This record gives sequence, structure tokens and C-alpha cells, in this order.
Amino acid sequence: MPLPPDAGQLLQDLDYSVPRVSWMESKAVFNTGFFCWPAREDTMRALKIPAAHSWNVTDEDWHLPENWEKIIHKALCVYLEKFRSLKIFMDVCVRCGACADKCHFYLGGGDPKNMPVLRAELLRSVYRQDFTLAGKLLGKAAGGRKLDKEVVKEWFYYFYQCTECRRCALYCPYGIDTAEITLIVRALLLELGLGTQWIMEPVLNCKRTGNHLGIQPHAFKEIVEMLCDDIEDLTGVHICPPINEKGHEILFIAPSGDIFAEPGIFTFMGYLLLFHEIGLDYTLSTYASEGGNFGSFVSPSLMREINAKMYAEAGRLGVKWILGGECGHMWRVIHQFMETMNGPAPAGMITPRSPVTGTVFTHAANTKVVHIAEFSADLIRHKKLNLDPARNDHLVMTFHDSCNVTRGMGLIEEPRYVLKAVCNNFIEMPENTIRERTFCCGSGAGLNADEIMELRMRGGLPRGNALRYVQEEHGVNAMACVCALDRAALPALADYWAPGVSITGLHELVGNALVLRGEKKRDRDLRGEDLPTSAADADSASCPDLDPKDAGQGEERHV
Amino acid sequence: MILSFSFVLALACLAMVAGPLLPVFFGLFVPYAAFLVFLVGFVWRLINWGRTPVPFRVPTVGGQQKSLDFIKPSSLDAPYSHWAALARVLLEAFAFRSLLRNSGAELSVDGRLLYRTLPGLWFFALLFHYSLLLVFLRHFRIFLENPPALTGALENLDAFLEVGRPRFYLSAASLALALFFLLLRRVLNGRLRYISLPGDYSPLFLLIGIVVSGLFLRYCAQSDYVQTKAFVAGIFSLRPQNPAGLHPAFFLHLFFVSILLASFPFSKLMHMGGIFFSPARNLPNNSRAAHHENPWKGPLEFRGYADYENEFRAVMREAGLPLEIDPDQTSEAKE
Ligand code: SF4
Ligand code: SF4
Repeated sequence: MPLPPDAGQLLQDLDYSVPRVSWMESKAVFNTGFFCWPAREDTMRALKIPAAHSWNVTDEDWHLPENWEKIIHKALCVYLEKFRSLKIFMDVCVRCGACADKCHFYLGGGDPKNMPVLRAELLRSVYRQDFTLAGKLLGKAAGGRKLDKEVVKEWFYYFYQCTECRRCALYCPYGIDTAEITLIVRALLLELGLGTQWIMEPVLNCKRTGNHLGIQPHAFKEIVEMLCDDIEDLTGVHICPPINEKGHEILFIAPSGDIFAEPGIFTFMGYLLLFHEIGLDYTLSTYASEGGNFGSFVSPSLMREINAKMYAEAGRLGVKWILGGECGHMWRVIHQFMETMNGPAPAGMITPRSPVTGTVFTHAANTKVVHIAEFSADLIRHKKLNLDPARNDHLVMTFHDSCNVTRGMGLIEEPRYVLKAVCNNFIEMPENTIRERTFCCGSGAGLNADEIMELRMRGGLPRGNALRYVQEEHGVNAMACVCALDRAALPALADYWAPGVSITGLHELVGNALVLRGEKKRDRDLRGEDLPTSAADADSASCPDLDPKDAGQGEERHV
Repeated sequence: MILSFSFVLALACLAMVAGPLLPVFFGLFVPYAAFLVFLVGFVWRLINWGRTPVPFRVPTVGGQQKSLDFIKPSSLDAPYSHWAALARVLLEAFAFRSLLRNSGAELSVDGRLLYRTLPGLWFFALLFHYSLLLVFLRHFRIFLENPPALTGALENLDAFLEVGRPRFYLSAASLALALFFLLLRRVLNGRLRYISLPGDYSPLFLLIGIVVSGLFLRYCAQSDYVQTKAFVAGIFSLRPQNPAGLHPAFFLHLFFVSILLASFPFSKLMHMGGIFFSPARNLPNNSRAAHHENPWKGPLEFRGYADYENEFRAVMREAGLPLEIDPDQTSEAKE
């Protein structure tokens, strides 16, 4: 069924009743709007994926390599030997059902195989059959299921309907983490040459050009300059950020989505304004121009390869530490994987220390990477920024916790601290939908392709529902987030579920509220829209809190 | 469900009929063998898990991280040290904290998703596990010839109501109640019925069989107590006595316990050990502060900067981006 144009209709038609046929007996039915286009053969070849071939999702025959069963069996064996998590997650589920209604795809679509427990059972049944004694002896009676081509299709369908958000893992008494299972099944599918273009193309781009979008170095520089022109036009302040320059203190890496499209670019402008104002000694890089990591959605080895550029570039440029922009999965990778995969950090790097406040970020002593929300919250705490939150007075804000930074890192209060300092109106969404219980945007882990709009809108139901609630009850008209995928995905979600709510990055709001030295009268925000008049009138350009010796540093250095 | 019910029923008939006929087999051989299988299987599984590497530190973070000193971290749900992570696991194992968080999502008629806290599963799961533990500990009165004073104290505590003859144990009732709830939940809730496997029902049926036969033995076949006790104590002290003449219900009780034990290492019951091994719960959330080693991490291959600059040197030069190998300078140097 196609996506109903009216969200109310979708809600009315939602059906959570379970089918009569057992899930083991039923095949996957490929509904348009629920699956991504397959990865092209040339893309996969360029990535040296074995068994790269061309195929069609809706075809009967997927042209699997001849010995496909052996390939899967062998690969699964390897993953079981390498990941204790997988082994435990395969062995200990008691099917208590606590995770069942925690997944946004289940809540938005009602397909029982989108209950996290069944999603995992799709693999677990095969595992039981082939890898456990009970399954080998008793087969189906022990919950086993023979691996056949239909199962492979089912895997492709349902493991690309999981955004690796780990909400299920929070509620599971054993922490069974479907994200881990999804990652591994997607890696198994890659072994058969099955992937999605939406993920594999960015991975390839990232390897070649340093970012998912395939922006080449000169184009990257041009875009940054364009954004700086906009900044000058709006604020009267001239900025010229260093790119690929050696000898700076900090390497700043943002998700490339932030320099590519609205509303991400406004967040990028916010970063630049902030760095300029505090006179940060930093450089951008074109070689490491991607914070995000599409490899992390499909394969541990691709994740490692893409991520390796961060330390490599930090070492080449001789920076002391890395500052990271607003992105979800980028931060899951940095926080939970980076130093293990690609560490130790280059020899010249030190435990990050804020050059403005002197705060030493000991919690990042090992990776030497700090999140910009942590960095800014610290600046604000030490009153190092002259902020005029009234400039955001036309906004009634709420905040969307991105799954990855929340359940993969614990970044919960820092963005709120910043948000409250730069906005006067802030309303939380209902408590079961925020903080560690947050719902995914429905488009994470490589599922923000246009061809799966129905899946995305359905997966966005719980978030959309909560947003609609605060919109109706409290007049919320904007939602902030600290994730580039969110900034790309949430506008569509808001249009569908809560029309009239706009999506902003955290540092876009910072950029708006930040009173810059030498700025002209700010009558427009970073989007070029008129600021509320009272705020514009009340502007003052003084900056009493800043150390005079810092003043103007940024400009001097960059002219 | 039908499958596992008939299976358990068949086992019951087998034990009741064949038990008294082949007392030595059912009374001695089966329990000893089952216990051996349990012990070896359980330990083998733990060792197998323990030997599998943990390549990444991937705890599910359930609260505020430790970062800035003016932001209060959640020490249990985002544990920063191994000790805090240990506390998290122990609370998980002994208080089922994650289940306590459980909520049910429902769509209201006006299209709002509502979340209701659902402590039922947490409560009955806890009730079940602790009642079972208590009942098990109480059994030491039967297991040992000279039970320690502690079991007596436990018994008195458990029977503090002082009703019935023999005294009525609270734990027996709560165990039965909890089992009943867990079964009913699985059968009546359509979603749960849909995800349930035969292996989810059989342990419940077996346990129900064990409880029922146990209650029967205590309240209806009391005359056999002395002989039964002597026999059981014999098993435990490895001085087996002749099991002939024991009540059929006892054979059922013993047989079901044996089946449960023997199947333990091969079934979902292994969650008892697995809960301590789950990397999602037992690792601290501090990978940015402390190194985590991946034992199988191989050599790293990726596209280095030199390669990148080689491809883009011309455009980079034109855009005025700094270069490692600047053709201008190198040619100048040559001249
Ligand atoms: S909550 Fe955990 S144990 Fe319960 S059904 Fe889900 S995955 Fe299995
Ligand atoms: S990780 Fe998220 S999307 Fe995947 S099954 Fe769990 S709740 Fe659903």
C-alpha cells in the first residue's frame, strides 16, 4: 500500500494484530517504499566486494553465487568466533517480548517481523539449526530453520528495516542489541554481493574523496567560501577558515552533510561563527572531510577503513586534538570504536584542553576527540560567549535526542545546556520519547533514501507523534538535533507528522544567538529570515566577558 | 505450545509408569546423568563464551555520560569504571533493572501513541526467580542428612503464616502464581504467542509439573516422607539407596528436574549465565578515556593522504590548497 498522503489516515489503518501463519512459514513480501535500490555492480566491484553482481530486489532470482550457502555459513562462523556479543545475543534470548513494541518500525508499520525479537530470530533460527546441538538434533522443534534463498531475501528486507538505533537493547533484560545483529547480517549479505546503493556509493565516495558526497577538495573549499560570504552578508564579519593547513592546534571534522545542504549548512555556519568569535586555532581538512561513517552501517572493516583518515590526517597536520561536529553515527564510531580500531592516536596529540577556558577533557584522554556540544557547553559555563537568546525568541524549541549519541555515548545534558543558553523557549517532548528512551528519526543507518519514504515516515511515527503533541499543546515550532542525518531526514518527517515545525542544528541556534565583536546590526538569522524585531533592537555588540588578549585573534590570523 | 505440552505430558506418563517399574534407572541413573550433563554443559558454555573475544566496547548507554564536571553523570546507566559496570550487571542479574523500565505502547483513538509503564513482567519474573531460589534452598532440608540451621530459619520465615498442616510455604504459592502468570501471558497475548517457540513453553510446563508433583508429595503423600528423604539424602551423599517403592509422583518430580537440568545448557535457560557476559551491559562507557583492545584487529588498509593528493593535486593547487608535494616548488628546487 502506498503512503497515505494524510498522516491521520495512516494512524487509522495501523494494525498490530498478528497473522495466522507462523513467521517461520511466511516469506518476505517486497512492498515498494520499503526497500532500497540494490548496490550497482561497478560500485561493489570498486569496493572489492566479493561476488559483486547486478540483481533486482523484485526479481525471483537474485543471482547469488553458486556456493552461497557455504559462504554464509563460513562467514557466520567467523563472526561468531570474533564477536562475543553475537554469540551471547544468539544464545540467551528468552522471548520475553519486552523489546517487541520498542521499535519504531514495528510501531509505525505493525509488521511482526519488525519486532526486534523476531528480527533477530530471522538469524537466530538459522544459527540454531546450523550451530547448536539442539538444533542439529531436533531441527524445527528446537526453533531451527533451514537457510534457503527465501531466508536470504527476508534478511535483506528486514535487516534494511532496522536503523541500528538500539532502543530495543535498552529494554532487553540482557541488552540484546539488534544493531549489532543487523550490522553483522548486512555484512553477511555483502559477502553474497548484496548491498544497497544508498550506502555503498557514499562508502566508495568517502574512500576516494574523503567524504560521502564525493565533494572534491577544490569544491569543498568553494562551498566553505560561499558559506563565509553568506556569513559576511548576514553579520558583517569576515571569516576565512584554514583548510588543510599544518601547525594548528585543532582539527575540526564535521559530517559532510553539514556543508552540503540545508538545513545542515546553517549549522556549519554556526560552527564557523563560534570558532571565529573565540579565536580558535583550528583547521578544516578536505582529506578528512567526513565525520560520518556509512561503512559502520554494513561492515566492521569498511567502518575501520573510512574512520582511519581522522587519525591519519590529525597526524599529518600535526594537530593536538580533534573537535567533532554534530553527527549521530559519527559519534557512535568515535566514542565506541575509533581508538580500538585505529588507535593509538598519533604521537603528537594530547588530552584535549579548551584553549579558552583551560578545561581539560579527561573523558576524552584516550581518543583525543571532543564533541562540539561538550566544548560549547564548557564555554557557556565559563561565560566565555556573549549570547543574546532573544534572537531565537520566535522559536519555541524542542530537542530530538539522536539515538547514536544518546545510547551509544550518553550525550544527553550537554546539548540541552547549550540549547537553554541560546533559546528562551524550550519544551521537552514526552519522557518516553526522549533521552535514553529516544525514538529514532526512522531514517538512520543508511535508510534515508528517497525510495523508502513510506518506511521512513512509518518509522518516524513515534517521533512525529511526540512532536505533534508538543506542537499542539505548547506551540512548539522548531526541533533541534545534533545529527546530520537527522537534519536531512527530520524535515520530511515534520512535514508529514507535524507540519509547520522546522528543524535546526544546535549550533545554528548558537550562531544566531552569538553576539560577535564587530558585527553589524543582526536583523536576519543564518537562514536569511527576519529576526524578531525586539531582539534585533536590543542587540549590543559589547563582549565584556572575553579576555581582551583573545579579542580579534581570529581575524588577524586569517587575513 | 501444543507440541511442547504433549511432549511434557508424554514425559510425565513415562516417569509415572516406568519410574516405579525401573526404579534404579529413573531414580539413580537418570538424575546422576542429568546432573553430569548439566554441570559439564553449563561450564562448557561459559568457557566457550568467555573465550570468544570482545572486539569493541559497546555498552548500551542508558543515561548521561561522564564528561564535564558541572553535568551530573548517571553512574549506573552510563558506568564509567569497571566497578560501576559490575554494579550495573549485578543489579541487572538480581533486580532485573531493564525490565523495570518496561512500558507498553498503545495507539489511542485520537491517534496518539501512549506509553504505559508495565511493571507486571518485572514483578512476576522477579517473583518467579526468587521463589524458585527459596524453594531450592529449602530443599536442602531433604538433600542433606544434617541440614544446616539456616535452612530451618528459611523454612520458618517462609512458613511464617503458620497455617495448614504440614505448614504452608509462601514461596510455593508465589512460585505457582508466577509460573501461572508467565504461562498465561505467553498464551493470551497474541504478540507473545506469535514469537514463542516450543522451547519457550517446555520449561514452563516442566516447572509446573515439578511444582504440582512437589505439592502433591508434601500434602498428599506425606507418609512416604521418611523413605523419600533418606533416598534423596543418599543421592546427595553419593551413597545411593534402593529407590524401589517410592511414590510415582516422586519419580515424576525427579524426572522433570532431571530433564530440566539436562536440557539447561542447550536451551534458553542459559540466560542465567549469559546475563553476566553480555557486552551490552558489563562494559563501562569510557572508551574515549581508556583503551580497549581488540585481540583480532588485523593490519589496517586505507587510502592514505599521499594517494589522495596524487589524484587531486592539480585541482588542489589551482584552489590554493596547501600541498605536500608542490610541483612548482619541486621544479624550482631542481633548477
Ligand atoms: S527483550 Fe531481549 S530477551 Fe526479551 S524477547 Fe527481546 S531480545 Fe529476547
Ligand atoms: S535497533 Fe532500533 S530499528 Fe533496530 S530493531 Fe532495535 S529498535 Fe528497531
